[in-house]
Amino acid sequence: MFIWSALRTSWLTFLHLFHKTETVRYPEQKPKLSPRYRGRIVLTRDPDGAERCVSCHLCAAVCPCDCIDLQKTAEPDKYTPDYFRINFSRCIFCGFCEEACPTSAIQLIPDFEMSEFDRQNLVYEKENLLIAGTGKVLDYNFYRVAGIRGQNENAAPVDPRGLLP
Amino acid sequence: MIAAILQAAGILLFIVLLAALLTWVERRLLGFWQDRLGPNRVGWEGTLQIVADMIKIFFKQDWTPPFAEKTLFIAAPVIVMATVLLGFAVVPFTPTIGIAGNLNIGLLFFLGATSLSVYGVVLAGWASNSKFSLLGGMRAAAQMISYEVFLGLAVIGVVMLAGSFNLTAIIAAQKHLWFVIPQFFGFVPFLIAGIAEAHRLPFDLPEGENELGAGFHTEYSSMKFGMFFVGEYAGIILISAMTVVLYFGGWSGPLLPPALWFALKTGAFIGFFILLRAALPRPRYDQLMSYGWKLMLPLAILNLAVTGAVMLA
Repeated sequence: MFIWSALRTSWLTFLHLFHKTETVRYPEQKPKLSPRYRGRIVLTRDPDGAERCVSCHLCAAVCPCDCIDLQKTAEPDKYTPDYFRINFSRCIFCGFCEEACPTSAIQLIPDFEMSEFDRQNLVYEKENLLIAGTGKVLDYNFYRVAGIRGQNENAAPVDPRGLLP
Repeated sequence: MIAAILQAAGILLFIVLLAALLTWVERRLLGFWQDRLGPNRVGWEGTLQIVADMIKIFFKQDWTPPFAEKTLFIAAPVIVMATVLLGFAVVPFTPTIGIAGNLNIGLLFFLGATSLSVYGVVLAGWASNSKFSLLGGMRAAAQMISYEVFLGLAVIGVVMLAGSFNLTAIIAAQKHLWFVIPQFFGFVPFLIAGIAEAHRLPFDLPEGENELGAGFHTEYSSMKFGMFFVGEYAGIILISAMTVVLYFGGWSGPLLPPALWFALKTGAFIGFFILLRAALPRPRYDQLMSYGWKLMLPLAILNLAVTGAVMLA
């Protein structure tokens, strides 16, 4: 009967008064973020301290909201970006750029507290994005494994098929 | 004379402020019942939330749509709030506090005042001149008229037992036994009709937020909307207070002062009203109607007949 089900559901709802609330009182109480939480985007360096980004534009190409803009430097034999710009007012934190990046340069870290009063301040330049460390990928150096142009100019090129899993 | 007027004004002001406070209480309680916290930021644990809400609602643009019937559009919220406050005139809060608790037709006056409030809702729906409002007003008319019928029939049992329409006399007649026990099958229809009168969930079809926008007050803004809102919450207080007076012995109770007993009992019913909102879904319109006419009305009449038979026997 409707009336018994109504009384039962009312009673069960009443018991929720004594349950623990799910709310996280945010500014005082920080939420628990998982290690792979996709928050603010950073540019990392390789273990030697050099910039990992090789200006391949794959992140900008895969970005669904076109929030990444970068350009390779004009200096010969140098592949670091001249500028690297992310518009965080457009970014949707999907992490595609991180997946696309061949050098693990671009990474998403568990930090979301990046509110600004001025929209312009949400456009992050390269100096805002670049961090000192290697981020989540500790010992990866693209040039060591890619076989393009090792640190030693005279070294034999790495066999790319030998790198296959 | 002046003291009586001042007391009446004080009581009505208290009721209106209490109704405003109730909006916060309801949001807090709904929060807890849904495992949330509810508004807890403004002031200590959110107690000043109503002040913030009032400031906001007073400074909103008071907009009358050009297509609305202006006079009735403005009159409707006034009617709703005035009739609900009128109902409080006969409620005896304690032996000494109350505007006209000793009125010899107290219960009839209450029924009359609550019946009038349907005009406010219907006129609001009609004067707004929009589809949603009209549907809401139409539902309000049908719902409140059909639930009014057994609201009146349900309380007749109490009147028969107490032998008076005077609410103070009804409380006095419950000295030994609360009427909820001999009149249980009058109490249930009364409470359900009361919920429908106050158009609260699960009987809030005139508002029906997710199907009618906001129902009869879709076109209202600012303090005109605020008056509907305060009127609705004052209606909850009124129905709770009347339930306490008619079936739960009013102010009477051991040890504690009468005012506190009345507040406790009424508060429990207000909490129950809010619990119903947290727990129950809204019935379909035809279910609501058949529930009223085919179940509650016969129940109220049967209760009346049995009460009469027992009294004669």
